Formats: sequence, structure tokens, C-alpha cells
Amino acid sequence: MSLSPQRIATRRRCSDAIFFTTLGLLGGSYVVLILALLTADALFTTPGHMWQVIQQPEIQYSLRLTLVTCSISAILSLWVGTALGYLLSRYQFPGRWLIDTLIEIPVVLPPLVLGLSLLILFHLDWGGWRLEDALRDRGLPVTFHVPAIILAQFAIGCAFTSRTMRVTFDEINPRAEQVARTLGCSRAGAFWQIALPQAQRGLVAAGVMAWARSLGEFGPILVFAGATRMKTEVLSTSVYFEWSVGHLETAVAVSLLMVVMALGVLITLRWLGVERSR
Amino acid sequence: MIVVDRLSLTAGHFQLTDISLQIAAGEYVVLMGRTGSGKTSLLEALCGLRPVRAGRILIDDVDITRHDPADRQMGYVPQDLALFPGLTVAEHLSFALRLRRIAATEQRRRVTELAELLGITSVLTRSVDRLSGGEAQRVALGRALAIPPRILLLDEPLSALDDVTRQEMYLLLRDLKQKTGVTTLHVTHNQAEARELADRLLILEQGRLTEVATAHDGPKTPPVP
Repeated sequence: MSLSPQRIATRRRCSDAIFFTTLGLLGGSYVVLILALLTADALFTTPGHMWQVIQQPEIQYSLRLTLVTCSISAILSLWVGTALGYLLSRYQFPGRWLIDTLIEIPVVLPPLVLGLSLLILFHLDWGGWRLEDALRDRGLPVTFHVPAIILAQFAIGCAFTSRTMRVTFDEINPRAEQVARTLGCSRAGAFWQIALPQAQRGLVAAGVMAWARSLGEFGPILVFAGATRMKTEVLSTSVYFEWSVGHLETAVAVSLLMVVMALGVLITLRWLGVERSR
Repeated sequence: MIVVDRLSLTAGHFQLTDISLQIAAGEYVVLMGRTGSGKTSLLEALCGLRPVRAGRILIDDVDITRHDPADRQMGYVPQDLALFPGLTVAEHLSFALRLRRIAATEQRRRVTELAELLGITSVLTRSVDRLSGGEAQRVALGRALAIPPRILLLDEPLSALDDVTRQEMYLLLRDLKQKTGVTTLHVTHNQAEARELADRLLILEQGRLTEVATAHDGPKTPPVP
């Protein structure tokens, strides 16, 4: 005996309700977790205390250093990532797959290992020659100095900018660049005049993403740059510093400051509409 | 005179082998063929965007087979037009002129002349992102004609247009042919379009070129000096 159309419709509605309830519960549990984390942080401290923490000279130094290093590493990542992204998107050449794989390594590598690898690279003895010594002799010490922070941030940020810029250029039809070349443009001219203006949104998104990754970087910085107060301390190491000496409220206040900065970045990303392309 | 001498190339899974053709100065040649027959690949090879396996391309007896696309002085209008997003119509028309560092006054004169010829004077300051299909087509043509090309390569220029606009474009292409006398290789799979415009009609089939009769038996359109 077949079911009546009303009963079929009722069953379908029930099935839909169960489906949406399951989706809502599963997805909602993660949203609730994030909200609970942020709420717990916010309840642990007060705006007054946060303000007090921000006034501390060590935290102000840390904030300034974070802003400067994140910006420099994001710009560097953007330069290199744009070149790599364009190269991989537009050209076929021997070893392309190898480069494609290599630049993904920092993304999957444990951050601490990346820091350790940087440390080893700068201190490895190449038959009496060490990179760190060579740079130090030229007045540019890296390890346990500010350049180490930038390099550690760049090492991971560039992997993200390369990937974002590659996807950006993949989505841009190369035909316009080809037509520009028939009109008299060199390859470089077609890149600067045609491809790059079209990649503007991707450029901003990649830069913002590299900046955000640099903001959250901790492991490689701790290993490669250390965490010396008023010297190589950035916000992520400040949180670790304060927590390790038992100043939990200060650690939470600095964390909240980072949450606010990260939210700013996420809102910018959403505004640029890159969430869909990731 | 454009001479393609035993040109061979690989495009994806198919190959064009030993393609030879000659196009006299001022001639309007239409190349027909089914989708995937290699018409677009042949145009790309002519303007230097696709490497060739063997053979030669000569313009006025100069071998340009290995020349960079920038040095071939060919006007290319791809099927999707590939206009430059964000640029205005005037910027498109002056693009090639700016690259050659032609004086600003001469650029303005040429842009005005092209805009009048193509009937796009009223949209000169408009971004190409806000053009109709017919206007976009005219801009792509103007961009390719700004520096008088040695040959104009048109890849299915009328395929994406509605009937009325297509009719207008027929008339425009005929007008261009008469006024500029530009040597043209026009690719299409539309027979009516081919017979309407062609001085000579070629068919590309299974990697081979065949010449067929055309509707025009009269003298070729003389180039305007």
C-alpha cells in the first residue's frame, strides 16, 4: 500500500528537521566552544586591567615590536609569495612539482621544528664558515635578535602568501596578459600592467593572512629569536613569559589584545571575500 | 604577404601538421572548422602565443617564427575578447600607443579616430567592465587596430552576440575592410558569416587546410594608403 502525499510530505519535513538539528548541534558545538573560550578570557580580566597591562613598558615594547616585525615579514612574504605564485600559476618548467611541494613544507612542519631548522642553518659549520658569523661580521647578527623574529615569521608567512597568490593568479584568465604581449608588452610589462592590478584583492588578502600568521607565531620565534625582555619579546612570547612566572591575568590581558587584533584581520578577510576562495 | 609554410604544432591532444597558407596584403580570409579543429591554436601560433613544432611563418619574406609576440605587430582579438579589467575604453585604445611612447597628442588623435571609426565615441571614458557585448567587441577591435597591424587575427568575433548586434558587427567589419584595407584572418564556424565577409574561405579539417569557393569573385578590396 502506497503512502498518501500528505504523509510523504510530513516524513520529508521530519527528515529535514532531524537533518538540520544534527547539523546545528554538531556545527554549533564548535561555535559554542570558541565563544566559551573568548567569554572565559573576557571574564578573567577587566577593561581596566587590560588598559593597565597595555601601559606597561614591556608590553608596549612587545606590542610595537609585534606590529613592526609582522608588517615587515608580511611585506617580504608578499613580495616573494607573489613572484612564486605567478611563476607556478603561469609557467611550466622542469622541477615545478618539486618547488610546489617544497613551499608547502613550512605549512605542515611543526613550528618548533621550523625554528630549530633555522637555528641549525645559521649555526651549521660549513668547513669553518658559519652563516651567523658571516652576517655578524657584517654588523647584522640574526640569531636571538630582531631579524630572527622576522625570518621566523617570514618562513611560515611566505608559504601562505605563495599559496594565496597562486590561487589568485589561477583564477585570472591569462588571455589578457597574452593579448597585452601581442600589443607590444614584455612579459614583465604584462605582469605589472595587466596581471597585478587584477590580483589586487588577492594581494591584500595574502598580505593580511601573512600578517595574521606572523602575529600568532610562537614556537620558531622562541627557538630562533629567544624571548628576551625589551629585546626579542613579541606579544605571543609575552603571553608565555607572563604565564610562566604566574602572572595569569596579564597573560590573559595580552591574549585578549591579540584576539582583538586577530578579529580585525578576520573581518578584513571576510570583507575582501576571500573566505570563499580558501 | 603572410606565408605559413608547413607549420606543425601540438595543442593539447591533437596536432596540426604541415599547415600551409598564403594571405595577400589587404585580403580578408575566413578560416572555418569544427570546434576543436585547431583554428584557435593556429591563430595563437601566428601571433606567437603557442610554440610551433616545425615550419615557418613569414611576413613580407621575413621569418618571424621565433619572434616574440610583442615584435610581430599582429592584431589579435580572442574569442573572449580579454579586455583589461578596470581600464577605460580610451585606455584600451591607447594601450599599444603608450607602450610605444607615442606623443600624447598623437595618442589622443588616434583614439578619437578609432572611436569614430568603431562608433564608440560615447563610451570612451567608461570602464570596460560596464560595456554591452557589441561595445566590448568594438573596443577589442580598436585595441588591436591602434597600431595598424600587419594582420588582424579575429577568433570567432561574432559568436557571442545577439542577432541585431551581430548584424551591426557584420557591417562594421565590412566597413573596416574597406576603410583600412587591413589584412585579416577571421576564424568562425558560422557559414553565413564566412560567406558574407570572406575574400577567400579556408576549411580546417582533421589537421588539414582546404580552400573552398567564396561568394566574392570580384577583385580584392584595395588597401587604402
